[in-house]
Amino acid sequence: MNRINQKLQEDKKLLSIYFTAGYPNINDTVSIIQDLEKSGVDMIEIGLPFSDPLADGPTIQASSTQALKNGMTTKILFDQLKDIRKTVNIPLIIMGYFNPILQYGVEAFCKQCQEIGIDGLIIPDLPVDVYHEDYKAIFEKYGLINVFLITPQTSEERIRYIDSISNGFIYMVSSASTTGAKEGFQDEQTTYFERIGNMNLKNPQIVGFGISNHQTFTQATQYAKGAIIGSAFVKHVSNEGVNTIDKFIQGILN
Amino acid sequence: MNYNVNEKGYYGEFGGAFIPEMLYPNVEELRQNYLKVMEEPEFKKEFNQLLKDYVGRPSPLYFAKRLSDKYNTKIYLKREDLNHTGAHKINNTIGQILMAKRLGKTRIIAETGAGQHGVATATVCALMGLECIVYMGEIDIARQAPNVARMKMLGATVVPAKSGSRTLKDATNEAIRDWINNPVNTHYIIGSAIGPHPYPDMVTRFQSVISEEIKLQLIEHEDRENPDYVVACIGGGSNAAGTYYHFLHEENVNIIAVEAAGLGVDSGESAATSVLGKEGIIHGCKTMLMQTEDGQITEPYSISAGLDYPGVGPMHAHLCKTGRAEFMAITDNDAMNAGLELCKLEGIIPAIESSHALAIFEHKTFKPDDVIVLSLSGRGDKDLQNYIDYFKI
Repeated sequence: MNRINQKLQEDKKLLSIYFTAGYPNINDTVSIIQDLEKSGVDMIEIGLPFSDPLADGPTIQASSTQALKNGMTTKILFDQLKDIRKTVNIPLIIMGYFNPILQYGVEAFCKQCQEIGIDGLIIPDLPVDVYHEDYKAIFEKYGLINVFLITPQTSEERIRYIDSISNGFIYMVSSASTTGAKEGFQDEQTTYFERIGNMNLKNPQIVGFGISNHQTFTQATQYAKGAIIGSAFVKHVSNEGVNTIDKFIQGILN
Repeated sequence: MNYNVNEKGYYGEFGGAFIPEMLYPNVEELRQNYLKVMEEPEFKKEFNQLLKDYVGRPSPLYFAKRLSDKYNTKIYLKREDLNHTGAHKINNTIGQILMAKRLGKTRIIAETGAGQHGVATATVCALMGLECIVYMGEIDIARQAPNVARMKMLGATVVPAKSGSRTLKDATNEAIRDWINNPVNTHYIIGSAIGPHPYPDMVTRFQSVISEEIKLQLIEHEDRENPDYVVACIGGGSNAAGTYYHFLHEENVNIIAVEAAGLGVDSGESAATSVLGKEGIIHGCKTMLMQTEDGQITEPYSISAGLDYPGVGPMHAHLCKTGRAEFMAITDNDAMNAGLELCKLEGIIPAIESSHALAIFEHKTFKPDDVIVLSLSGRGDKDLQNYIDYFKI
């Protein structure tokens, strides 16, 4: 069974952390992953940096730009991760935009992911239909779970369609925004979380966007299986370096 | 061979809508409505009325006698430079602002490079009394001060794009991010034949008035509808798309697309996407774009801010791949000289974008009885400083 599915079966609320690979320094990737696992994080999204990250706000944009300046490439990332399964057991997901994956070759990329022990992919600008028609078979061949996003504007019909072709979890974007744009939740969001919760989808939901601290983590996970923190973590690393990761994670969990 | 968009939003293998789910409802709303709205008699009437009374259409098709004499062929200029706001851009912004109103949108966003599309958008927003926010790269704001002032005078808010390389590509990213953050009340007026489906097709249709008029006007001049050649410069490719549209399936009409070679195609400072680009995804569509081996989008270069874009619209990628259009790359130097030549021979100061198209006559020989229609996409007022600096006037 895929590590993501195993993790989703655990009787606990899940904390997933996003970080940009190659930031703040090009060789921080492996130690950040190891430290996150040691701190009690349940799942990690490894950001493959892109020059034009459309769905991201200023924090993740800046970290991506810096990572590219540091020399990060798809090949280097794969090289850094080649022995990651010797030390890390939690699910690992690569989050990246479609063009770098397309240039690497979708099948070659997926094959490499399987060899390393990557469990899933999040590709915000790969549309559901294109995935379904052109790439689903390849992802499945290499045992990769593709995670789709839904937003407050996604219609019920489309959510059901996304649910039907998902086989891990659904990434529930908390509000109409880019990453890191808003903090905290209003009634509008909690109503939306409840609405989705009541749809009895076959895939559990994990909330992303707008979660930055213990309070918002607790709030989000009242309605969902877990929550993802991205910009707040990248900001922490940017301000305080990579030596205080545990402090940040304990602050979220406790 | 079909050169128009298919029902799935593709031109051959190019096009589509590679957008984050956050944009899906907006783009889908547009996809479901754009053709329906454009077919409404009321919409057509209002669009055509504004093109006539406000933009000043039809734009003349002018036989450039002295230029023709020099190159020993027959050159007609489609005078988009005479439109209100000085370029073809307004054809599209008039269409899209009417579309936005039909869809009940109250807030308009746009991206701009040199500021021409920004000015055209600010203009129609003033005309319709809608809020207007224009994203413009921080570097472009510094080098295009007159257009920034124009937009402000017209009531628009100009927001500097501070991410990435701080030019057109990043202004486009910022506009897309704004749309993600304002999914309900906002319409994004894309200025070129790029973006996710249905934008390339919608922009092309609004610009297709150019070739529609050429057909009628050429009958008056030459007693024939079709020229032997249509020529236009290409950045993203909206004036080219409009110039070619009604000739795409006329086999006897040769299509020439002129890209900016910058300092030379192999100089590392160029915007010749058809030569330097590779298939990939930029701003929501699959097309030809300039990128690193690793799939990172690179920064192009051209003296012309309007051609300084790392991709071409998906329709043009298809025209290139199928060989339907001949692509030529013109350097800064050749374009500037061709621009100055038009001043001296015809008394017309062209935009530097259009000067690239004019420069092909130094590189390609036409027959004396060939009829060539060249889109003079914009006027050179905005480029005066560039011309002054270049020729030390």
